Amino acid sequence: MKFIETLLNGLSMGSTYAMIALGYTMVYGIAKMLNFAHGDIIMVGGYMIFITMSAIGNPILGLFAAVVFCLLLGVTIEKIAYKPLRGASPLAVLITAIGVSYLLQSTAQMIFGSAPKMVLIADLGNLNIGALKLPVYTLVTLGCSIVIMLALSLFVKYTKVGRAMIAVSEDKGAAQLMGINVNGIITLTFAIGSSLAAFAGFFMLLKSPSLTNTLGAMPGIKAFTAAVIGGIGSIPGAMLGGILIGVVEAISLTIPAIAAYTDAIEFLILIIILLVRPSGILGKKRREKV
Amino acid sequence: MATNLKTIKWKHFVNYIAVSVFTIIFAVMSLTGFLKSSDMYMLEKIAIAIILAVSLSMVVGFLGELSLGHAGFMCVGAYLGGKASLILEPIIGEGVLCLLISIIVGGLVAAIFGIIIGLPALRLRGDYLAIVTLAFGEIVRSVFMNSSDESFGGALGLNTPRYDKYTLFIFAFVLVLLCLAVVQNLIRSKHGRAITSIRDNEIAAKATGINVTKYKLLVFTISSFFAGVAGVLYSFSNYTVQSSKFNYNYSIEILVMVVLGGMGSINGAIISATLITFLDVQLQTILTGDLAVLQDLFYALILIILVIYNNAPSLKGFREKYNLNLLLTKFKKTHDPSHVHDDEAKWDRVPTKIQMDEVLSVDIQPQSSYTPDKSDKEEK
Repeated sequence: MKFIETLLNGLSMGSTYAMIALGYTMVYGIAKMLNFAHGDIIMVGGYMIFITMSAIGNPILGLFAAVVFCLLLGVTIEKIAYKPLRGASPLAVLITAIGVSYLLQSTAQMIFGSAPKMVLIADLGNLNIGALKLPVYTLVTLGCSIVIMLALSLFVKYTKVGRAMIAVSEDKGAAQLMGINVNGIITLTFAIGSSLAAFAGFFMLLKSPSLTNTLGAMPGIKAFTAAVIGGIGSIPGAMLGGILIGVVEAISLTIPAIAAYTDAIEFLILIIILLVRPSGILGKKRREKV
Repeated sequence: MATNLKTIKWKHFVNYIAVSVFTIIFAVMSLTGFLKSSDMYMLEKIAIAIILAVSLSMVVGFLGELSLGHAGFMCVGAYLGGKASLILEPIIGEGVLCLLISIIVGGLVAAIFGIIIGLPALRLRGDYLAIVTLAFGEIVRSVFMNSSDESFGGALGLNTPRYDKYTLFIFAFVLVLLCLAVVQNLIRSKHGRAITSIRDNEIAAKATGINVTKYKLLVFTISSFFAGVAGVLYSFSNYTVQSSKFNYNYSIEILVMVVLGGMGSINGAIISATLITFLDVQLQTILTGDLAVLQDLFYALILIILVIYNNAPSLKGFREKYNLNLLLTKFKKTHDPSHVHDDEAKWDRVPTKIQMDEVLSVDIQPQSSYTPDKSDKEEK
């Protein structure tokens, strides 16, 4: 019984990580850059939920506001900070992304202070099935994220825009010659990734209501780890990696001897994967050409 | 001797001379009692910042990889070096020997961690080193935070022995000179050119037979060694080591120093490390509480604006027009064409047109036309 509870908890945590990892992996696949600020967009989404919750009190409206705001924020960041650097060295783009992440964190701290804010979205209680005691939020998180991920997969696979995204990630130049608006596709990718981050922020606040300006930093790094483990640039890989990291975290947290070192264990997995299979579990190996 | 002095490229030694002169001035001031102890503390901080910035500049500016775990390596050095000095102090007493041994211990342990982290991450292309070093920094911090009280002091931190503050900053600046000597001699050697070629084009470097992984690992190991050394200095300067100090923000602060100084410029790193540390100390009393975040905001803006300005392809024309170096050349004396060194391949500065004019202006008489392959027999 305890094991099933832990597993479900891990699955719900993992689906949150998978949602963040999707943003990382899509941006990495299409814009070929590591968007360090992605984790902090979760935090911005969290503060948007906090503002609407304290103004109106409706969590669903809060989620809506967060998604819209994060979408606009993601697109704005892309236009102002990343677009001028298209074609520059990857190191320059990476340092700018770190700067943006740092900027978001310190702006949030300046506006809202460093003391944690309490955002009580809803107390959903527990679901008791015999001896099984399941917190409802895990089921909500798991259900919602399965629907979102399914929709995203179908969108990428079957719509014209989705196929254009795959084309851009395969070969930017060739895609442009086929009449695809590459800049528009990159903007769309940032928009989708950022709104997924807002959803992730909602689920994280549903789990624990404490909100600080570093809410998204650690989950962001873990989700990137998940994306690398699954194979960066691959959408099913990000889902698989996210679930894997979530389950490992949940199991490790229940064992008292290693609970304090949970983060260390996850990063150790990353290092081992990089040593054994650098392209990740589902990633394709690509040859670099001059 | 005089001719030897003329052939020395003085600009290669400017930073050694500047650092030594400043050190000697401050040493004299401290021995004559002009220096307050807060000034000495600031000088120690500046020396630590210079070592960190120069060693990170080697990885970011010359190798072209990003390390976000510099504070993590510093943390390893601070804890292990501090522990070594605690063990050594009852045996050999506090003094230069104790300091030296603990610095070597701290540096070496940090270097070993550098190899362990660098080996998987540096084999790959792309941004993996950044994320692995970031993860490493967090792991190190959590390990020291959860350590038992008798090993590394746990959450309260490790108390390290005091060192005479009147001489510690002199010792720190000697280490700065050592660090500069190692880094500059490496960068200006054949190996240094191999390292910069990896930054410019890794595939082309590989094609010319450069062992890319070996050089990346070498640079990363040396850089983490000096980060460890800076950590040991930190432990001596602060009497206590707390793992919460070595967080992600500290790594970013070092990165800001490198980016502000100019990537691939050691002198720039020295100047900006000095400047930022000085401002840090001065602002500490002014910006308190939630205002302290203004400084972080400023760092973030520096990072974004400087990197976009220096790297955006669309701003290339603007950069070439309003360049600091270009403005400086207006004040310098004009370039003497007879002193073009063969390693300065600036072909646009070689006055080809003047030479051609000279050749064309010579009167050539038809009788005495010069034939290059005139045989010796005809001359006789």
